[in-house]
Amino acid sequence: MKILVCISHVPDTTSKINFTNDNTAFDTNGVQFVINPNDEFGLTRAMWFKEKQNATVDVVNVGGPETESTLRKALAIGADAAFRINTTPTDGYAVAKELSKVAVDGNYDLIIAGRESIDYNGGMVPGMMAAELGASFVNNCISLEIDGTNATAVREIDGGKETLSSTLPLVIGGQKGLVEESDLKIPNMRGIMMARKKPLTVLEPAQQQTCTSSVKFEKPAPKGAIKMVDADNIDELIDLLHNEAKVI
Amino acid sequence: MPVLVYIESENKMFKKAALEVASYGRAVANTLNTSLSAVVFNTEDCSQLADYGVDKVLTVNHSNGFNAKVYADVIAQAALKESANVIVLSSSADSRYLAPILAVGLKAGYVPNVVELPKTQPFSVKRTAFSNKAFCETQITTEVKIIGLSNNAFGLIEHPTSLQSEAFSPQITSSDISVEKVDKATDKVSIADAETVVSAGRGLKGPENWNMIEELADVLGAATACSKPVSDLGWRPHSEHVGQTGKPVASNLYIAIGISGAIQHLAGINSSKVKVVINTDPEAPFFKAADYGIVGDAFEVVPKLIEKLKTFKAQNS
Ligand SMILES: Cc1cc2nc3c(=O)[nH]c(=O)nc-3n(C[C@H](O)[C@H](O)[C@H](O)COP(=O)(O)OP(=O)(O)OC[C@H]3O[C@@H](n4cnc5c(N)ncnc54)[C@H](O)[C@@H]3O)c2cc1C
Ligand SMILES: Nc1ncnc2c1ncn2[C@@H]1O[C@H](COP(=O)(O)O)[C@@H](O)[C@H]1O
Repeated sequence: MKILVCISHVPDTTSKINFTNDNTAFDTNGVQFVINPNDEFGLTRAMWFKEKQNATVDVVNVGGPETESTLRKALAIGADAAFRINTTPTDGYAVAKELSKVAVDGNYDLIIAGRESIDYNGGMVPGMMAAELGASFVNNCISLEIDGTNATAVREIDGGKETLSSTLPLVIGGQKGLVEESDLKIPNMRGIMMARKKPLTVLEPAQQQTCTSSVKFEKPAPKGAIKMVDADNIDELIDLLHNEAKVI
Repeated sequence: MPVLVYIESENKMFKKAALEVASYGRAVANTLNTSLSAVVFNTEDCSQLADYGVDKVLTVNHSNGFNAKVYADVIAQAALKESANVIVLSSSADSRYLAPILAVGLKAGYVPNVVELPKTQPFSVKRTAFSNKAFCETQITTEVKIIGLSNNAFGLIEHPTSLQSEAFSPQITSSDISVEKVDKATDKVSIADAETVVSAGRGLKGPENWNMIEELADVLGAATACSKPVSDLGWRPHSEHVGQTGKPVASNLYIAIGISGAIQHLAGINSSKVKVVINTDPEAPFFKAADYGIVGDAFEVVPKLIEKLKTFKAQNS
């Protein structure tokens, strides 16, 4: 089985978000970048398929040279080879197009992406890839088993979950649940050393099709002051929620 | 060229998020000087849509239940039939599942997490980005445009119309995916649909202490949620984990009990309208992000709150 894991390179969850160029661009100054958390769960599940079912696992990112540290981290966790498509992504569709080309060229059976990236929160790349490829698609995937060419997946729905079956090729939008938090791997020294020798191939983008463009950013308005209520005066809280906030 | 909305129902009842989508679709149709069409699956009585501005509804019978590819395909056919070039859907798990497929099918630009009415010329929408830490004005440059509306961002707006209904029999393709099993608690509101969410963190000390959280949620008709470590520790199911790496919460009221208010937690709940925090530590960061706060021990405050709310409910019902 050949697995492709799509890795989005995103600001660490603790990052403060700022913008430059008259609020038209994200300010990367002082920001730490990491593997998108949803992709990390997917990558770890892919490692399980590698260990238990002999899968090969490649990782791919659409991005500039600055994302290579993130791809190297994925190699250190255990991926076999990495691809970087050398273009700064403009929208989810453009990314999905580029990734689909890699998926077709490499003849992958399983394509693991994340439910959403925590920077633009598009939640669209995996579904668009599946549509481009004509492959089956499971979103919000919290469990995945593969038996030959059959897949059983569980997706989270609002208020519950749904078990689905399909055949490969399959694209998933994965998230926590695919593996447990405690299964996530921190690269060890040996992994980091080995990662240096693994191939990281830079590909030129095939097409530059976009459907949307980010024009301007804005930060939420600062919050008003909090109203404190005494722990012995719960009636006041109820009164505020009822008469002032009108939420109960 | 009308605006088209995808209206979701559950057990033949329209979801609140779907009526919000209708309200929003109506307002978009007004700005564009056009009418509003809707596509609805497996629901006979659509009269409620006349209260929320829908002019015409296409009703589809599809007994096999939800399937993202099939539904996307049907909505695409409805869009072509109506020559709609703005399509609006909700932020439900199902809508988010099918929207990217629909977008590719119609060669349409899709923007999720939209919080305001679009601007026209050029067509752009305001959406959240960076997990609610920012907004982004996004242009949609394709002819057909798909808007994913954030939950609870626009609200319900009544707009009576005289609704026309038409049975719609699209071509239904076979699907490559089949549903084996659905597990869904029917007696509980989901975090996505809840008006109120009661959430608790590590301050509760252990899973055995969640009875009072559930009771509080019960009194308020709320969904229960938790912080990430609580689900990592197995005290609560993963489906309750809210925050930047869990579920987003956009409820009217969010009550956080024994949650410190880490940046990743706040990112996921920021779009909730009113936030209440109960914490023993007056320095907890959550107090900077909330609207109402109580410094106090959850084990004393919550039982009192439950009693007082019960009395309040009894008096106000
Ligand atoms: C990559 C990454 C992603 C993350 N994503 C998320 C996410 O999506 N969601 C999320 O929630 N977290 C997330 N976190 C974790 C986050 O950083 C915090 O660790 C977490 O939110 C803390 O949870 P907590 O507030 O329940 O626990 P704690 O930080 O331990 O806080 C417990 C609070 O309870 C209070 N308390 C103690 N006893 C009582 C009492 N008797 N009554 C009332 N209050 C009491 C304490 O004063 C304290 O403020 C993420 C972390 C990382 C690294
Ligand atoms: N630039 C990118 N390169 C590689 N994969 C990506 C990129 N952007 C998004 N993805 C994948 O698509 C998923 C969903 O991203 P999004 O649609 O942007 O929310 C991510 O979790 C990644 O798996």
